[in-house]
Amino acid sequence: MATVTEPPVESFRLSMLLNDTRYRGYTFQFIALLLLVFAIAWLGQNLIQNLQAAGLDISWTFLGEPAGYDINQTLIPYTSQSTHLQAAWVGVLNTLLVAFMGCVTATVIGVIAGVLRLSNNWLIAKLMSAYVEAFRNVPVLIWILIISTIVTLLPAPRAYRGETPDVEMLFGAIAYTNRGVYIPAPVWGPGSSVVVITFLLSIVAMFAYRRYAKTLLYSTGRLLPTFWPSIGIFFLPAIVMFFIMGQPISLDYPALQGFNFQGGIQLQRPLIALWLALSIYTGAFIAENVRAGIQAVSKGQTEAAGSLGMRPNRIMSLVVLPQALRVIVPPLISQYLNITKNSSLAIAVGYADITATLGGITLNQTGRAIECILLLMLFYLVISLCISAIMNVYNNAVKLKER
Amino acid sequence: MSDTPRNIGAFVRHDQIPESPPPASETGIVGWVRQNLFSNVFNSILTLLALYFIYNLMADFLPWFFGGVWRAESIRDCRDILDGARGGCFAVLSERWHQLIFGIAYPQEAYWRPLLAFVLLFVAAAPVLFSDLNRKLLGFTAIYPFLAFWLIWGGTILNPVFGFLGFVVAYIVFDRLSHISFAISAIGGVVGAIVTWFVGGMIAAAVPELLALEAVPSRDMGGFMLNMILGTVCVSLSVPIGILLALGRQSDMPIIKIICVVFIEFVRGVPLITLLFVANVVLAYFLPPGTNFDLILRVIIMITFFSAAYIAEVIRGGLAALPRGQYEAADSLGLDYPQAMRLIILPQALKISIPGIVNVAVGLFKDTTLVSIISMFDLVGVIRGPILASTEWNGVYWELWGFAALLFFVVCFGISQYSQWLERKLATDHR
Repeated sequence: MATVTEPPVESFRLSMLLNDTRYRGYTFQFIALLLLVFAIAWLGQNLIQNLQAAGLDISWTFLGEPAGYDINQTLIPYTSQSTHLQAAWVGVLNTLLVAFMGCVTATVIGVIAGVLRLSNNWLIAKLMSAYVEAFRNVPVLIWILIISTIVTLLPAPRAYRGETPDVEMLFGAIAYTNRGVYIPAPVWGPGSSVVVITFLLSIVAMFAYRRYAKTLLYSTGRLLPTFWPSIGIFFLPAIVMFFIMGQPISLDYPALQGFNFQGGIQLQRPLIALWLALSIYTGAFIAENVRAGIQAVSKGQTEAAGSLGMRPNRIMSLVVLPQALRVIVPPLISQYLNITKNSSLAIAVGYADITATLGGITLNQTGRAIECILLLMLFYLVISLCISAIMNVYNNAVKLKER
Repeated sequence: MSDTPRNIGAFVRHDQIPESPPPASETGIVGWVRQNLFSNVFNSILTLLALYFIYNLMADFLPWFFGGVWRAESIRDCRDILDGARGGCFAVLSERWHQLIFGIAYPQEAYWRPLLAFVLLFVAAAPVLFSDLNRKLLGFTAIYPFLAFWLIWGGTILNPVFGFLGFVVAYIVFDRLSHISFAISAIGGVVGAIVTWFVGGMIAAAVPELLALEAVPSRDMGGFMLNMILGTVCVSLSVPIGILLALGRQSDMPIIKIICVVFIEFVRGVPLITLLFVANVVLAYFLPPGTNFDLILRVIIMITFFSAAYIAEVIRGGLAALPRGQYEAADSLGLDYPQAMRLIILPQALKISIPGIVNVAVGLFKDTTLVSIISMFDLVGVIRGPILASTEWNGVYWELWGFAALLFFVVCFGISQYSQWLERKLATDHR
């Protein structure tokens, strides 16, 4: 029987804090902590002294004071008599608006360009490479300014005037002018809420049906059709309800009155410019992600699925896409984050996002630089932490299940 | 075969027919066009659409470019010369060339200095970028930052000389003490450098005219030169900081790890423009009362922090991609932490991280245009401010923006091509 002798218990000596790797870490951490505390104290003391010298203090009361400036594009009620806080909310919503619009169109552009870049049509593939390289290698600020210049070249509202106008409205409903784009606005009549609720319920029903079809397929092998039934469930109930309730929702078309268009929803020129620029610029990056994702699925997967007798569209939806998406989605989400952060360049074209309201006009008017920029950073930080939380959830969901 | 009736032989060929050439529609240019452009209906439609698009683009672009006016005093002058014909007014580029490149305030007789610094940048960067070159050139690379500083900012040569000497002293002290322990030699090096700089600062203040070039204040920097300065300085500073941050984030020591994680996530979570606002209006509050240091320096600090956080994440990816065995092998050889990192881990991790670092560098270089928003006159700022706002050139958009886009495209595309070349060169796995 081998007996295990206890290792000799070494008593702790002070020199071990420097020489023993087991304890040295504590010394370093202690020094780091000390330096950090000193740095913070030094910065804080400087701040207090500087504020005293300038006769300032940190206070948030300015948020409750009237802002006194106008914002041209607002989603919530706002006048120049509203508070700075209200102006900041307008800015937050405007940021989220342009970021959301940008994400949707950038995804569409990026997916199309990424797929076309892999096309076996030589000319199209080269054209898409040119697009991707041109936009990836030039600063987004320059693109925003270029596209903003292009948008000013759209026809003036008066070009729509007269018996034979120079420009026709798109589909008779959308007017694009150098002051912005006018689109029809929905008018919610009585009973429209029923239609909307029906529509939302039918979306739920569509997903429920698809899930049912999937479980049926996995448990019994019976293959239910999904595409046409989904479309039917998506559209039919809402349309039927729309006519049952007597067409409660109508559209308010923009119309030329005097020098400008009235009615409908106006998307101001800065919004259009920023939205287009961000979508096209980020679309180039997304195109690269999509291309990389598709190329990451090895050809053997497609061939194996084919040899099992699957049809091409089912190979795409059941074999290739799930694997490609695992590669595509994480960088796609960080591109969404980039759109949100790049939307802060709105200040260059005069779109009233959070950076332009809170970090621009409010800051300049009140002189509360520290408070404004703190709030501004906090807002972007919250957004980006939310987006990375979503990304982590997704990554965990699609993680390779290894044994 | 042997029992085949012989009389059948009369109907069977004994020699093979020579291969007929493939049909004309499958070879040469025609075949290529058929396969690559018109393989089916959908592709044909796409090709025709693309051709139509390219034709329209060229029909607009070519006469505009080749009919352009290169010599004129103002946009009205341009229009007179063009006389209704289609053409660009490129005269703005030749007229305002110096402003576009050097900014509005840089002294004209000193233009040769940044130009020389720019040319020398290639000499200094060459041994870093191409490892086949003579290693002795690296000595010049070490001197270059100080030389470039002296050339661009001017002033006495003593400042950059002592700046350089500080690093030399730090290295010598570090080398002499390195047999004791890494920590002590590192501290000794830092102390040596600070002492040298302190003494050097006093000497330089005493003889400010020694080999002095005309001093140019930072606020006079502008144009594309400012973008280049910000880009090169911030990238080269942020790589070492990024390495430290990445190592800190991978470290076993919780406090250091937390500090690094908070810094990285905070900086990555906010847009660069807010950090520039901080540099512009907030940073001064956090410095001792009475300190007044350059906007350009404050901006450099902020952009460096920004890109260091991104580079740290890239390098962390590289560190995480290394197999665990590499760390264990380094430990079992008895290497301590700095040795293991320097000799085993970082060379491999950095190699994996090159594409990512280059991506960050390109992104950073593009982002230097944002300084125009805090009213610094970089290339974009010069175009938006003094040029487009002047009465002579108000309205010359395409030529100016096209020029700016082209400049950035050339640099960024060049960098990404270099990175792809380097990736191929460093690929040691025999695929």
